[in-house]
Amino acid sequence: MKGIPNFWMALATQRQPATGLLLCLSLGIWLAVSCKHSAGDEAVVPTQPAFTTTPYPWKKPANFPDPVYDLTKNPLTVEGVALGKALFYDASLSKDGTITCAFCHSPYTAFAHTDHPVSHGIRDQQGNRNVPGIFNVAWGKTFFWDGGVTDLDLLPIAPIQNPVEMGETMSNVLQKVQRSSRYRPLFQAAYGSDTVTTERFLKSISQFLLTMVSANSPYDKYVRKEAGASLTDAAGRGMVLFQANCAGCHAGALFTDGQYRNNGLPRLTNAKIDDRGRAMITAQDADKYTFKVPSLRNVERTFPYMHDGRFQTLEQVVNHYAAGIQDNPQLDPLLKKNGRIGLSLTAAEQADLVQFLRSLTDSEFITNPEFQPR
Amino acid sequence: MRRLYFVILLLVLLAACKSTTVDQQVGAVNMSFVHQVNGSPLTLNTTTYTNKSGEAFTISKFDYFISNIRLIRADGSAYTVPQDDSYFLIRSNDPTSQTFTLTGVPAGDYAQIEYMVGVDSLRNTADISRRKGVLDPGSSHTSGMYWDWNTGYIHLKLEGTSPAAPVDATGARNFRYHIGLFGGYQSKTINNLRTVRVPLGISTGTSRLSVGPNLRTTLQIIADAGKLFDGPTPFKIADYPDVMVSPFSGNVANNYATMFSFGFSSAVSQ
Ligand code: HEC
Ligand code: HEC
Repeated sequence: MKGIPNFWMALATQRQPATGLLLCLSLGIWLAVSCKHSAGDEAVVPTQPAFTTTPYPWKKPANFPDPVYDLTKNPLTVEGVALGKALFYDASLSKDGTITCAFCHSPYTAFAHTDHPVSHGIRDQQGNRNVPGIFNVAWGKTFFWDGGVTDLDLLPIAPIQNPVEMGETMSNVLQKVQRSSRYRPLFQAAYGSDTVTTERFLKSISQFLLTMVSANSPYDKYVRKEAGASLTDAAGRGMVLFQANCAGCHAGALFTDGQYRNNGLPRLTNAKIDDRGRAMITAQDADKYTFKVPSLRNVERTFPYMHDGRFQTLEQVVNHYAAGIQDNPQLDPLLKKNGRIGLSLTAAEQADLVQFLRSLTDSEFITNPEFQPR
Repeated sequence: MRRLYFVILLLVLLAACKSTTVDQQVGAVNMSFVHQVNGSPLTLNTTTYTNKSGEAFTISKFDYFISNIRLIRADGSAYTVPQDDSYFLIRSNDPTSQTFTLTGVPAGDYAQIEYMVGVDSLRNTADISRRKGVLDPGSSHTSGMYWDWNTGYIHLKLEGTSPAAPVDATGARNFRYHIGLFGGYQSKTINNLRTVRVPLGISTGTSRLSVGPNLRTTLQIIADAGKLFDGPTPFKIADYPDVMVSPFSGNVANNYATMFSFGFSSAVSQ
């Protein structure tokens, strides 16, 4: 003990007083750390066989904000994405082996479902809500029409355990995946061992979902001023109308502000349930009958529309904003400006708005073979 | 100057090594939760109980999370059980879940125990990598205590039957209380987390639980499910047969927050 301080003292005297102080402190801290180590358990060097993964080249589109999802807690790898894709297309995630995630979220319709107003699950059971498309989930603050799911990693548990969707339990699914010889090499490649854990299972599905970035519609190319990009005259006029009338809610590059709002849909008399939207999550009166503002990207392909799938065409939707809005205590102030219920849009303006919405279709995304089953 | 550096160095060294070289005396507490209804033992399904509103009922399920445990000394100072070891799921149909041992408790006398009924908001919003054991939403015993459609754990569940409950879709007269909600993630929800303190003795003044390296310390807490109906805001099953995500859930949480009491404790030298 005696020799060490003397050596440092000698060094210290040749330097500025502050440096000496610093040296003493750093030595102290160094000793402190080593002291902790020797008193506690010895560090064990893991002897796992080295395995390597290939980073997945995930890129933020130039006209997009920073993602919400923390990619550092689940770094995307080619192997992890491949595993997630296999799970997304696997019917054994459902109780009776009939339903995959893709059954409801078809890659050919921007991962929406266009056959029914509300979802269809095992044994032909109907759900309560329209299936939204899946894209740009990296920017999602919350998920579902009511924002009930707050973390993408936890999302798959909901459809898997929903009795009218996949009707399984998470623990059964994990066991099935663990038993399947098909998954052993996939888990090995993604995680260096074939052990199936809740975290690995969920994070690999997230990885696949996170690769679903849609940012190459004619509109995107136009705003990024890419060579040869342009909008039709009608779509151009529609864009101006959209900025004035719709962008207060369908805001920014993602076409949603992520908030919960009421857009004046009249109550359907034949509705199966009284869907109170956000209030079913928060139990707050102010949230009654509000729903998350949906993105409008690829909206041409993701019919039917609204949380209950009540509208079949974009013309019907735009006409709703012009002529169909019903006043109610929750109606959003943006749709009740100057005492007028709804937006004033002529027939020609409505047609232009629809043309603008069609310019949000990203065919590269919809036809990308990376997303399709093989 | 030199001397000053040397003193500083020594102080830093001392501070660093003190905690590891001086062994703190610790002990263990064997905890158990015993379930009652209005003072009688809880028997699932077969025994009929009556609440203060005069409604007969049976109980089929009574499960709840206990977390963030602290042992509080008479002077108000406390030992906090390390976060990662402080989550327990007590299930009425699983006796092994009703007992657990707190280890590494600093030796001394404690006057009260404090814990949360439910899972705190931090853990409720944690990354999946931090949801292990009873918090793993993929494990069979946790399923049922986790809302996948409204991200969050169910703090407490009480289910059963009563002639006072209306006939439900299955044709039975069931009641269900699933109480969750921790205050919300990005926007506000109601908060049904409740922190309770139980004196470790019959009266607050004399309560004392001794812990030490040579002691076998046992602590039994009683949870009386009847309080869920007959707490500070008594209610009828007929009026509220089914409470989940609704403003009334706050009253149910206030009621069950009063259900815990001291059973017995002992500290035997070993
Ligand atoms: C039976 C049909 C069905 C199945 C199967 C299904 N989903 Fe969904 N999905 C839906 C419905 C309906 C919603 C909207 C739910 C709501 O708002 O309450 C949804 C919403 C989503 C969303 C949120 C989209 C958003 O922007 O809010 C994602 C992501 C998603 N599902 C992924 C999956 C994954 C992954 C699987 C497989 C593990 C899956 N889904 C299986 C019907 C289904
Ligand atoms: C006050 C906010 C607000 C304004 C302004 C608004 N919307 Fe919406 N929009 C919503 C909400 C909220 C929903 C979902 C409602 C539901 O399903 O209950 C929605 C749904 C839609 C949908 C259906 C999307 C789908 O996937 O089902 C389309 C299309 C749409 N809006 C287009 C427009 C257009 C075009 C305008 C302007 C003319 C506009 N919206 C103005 C809030 C708004």
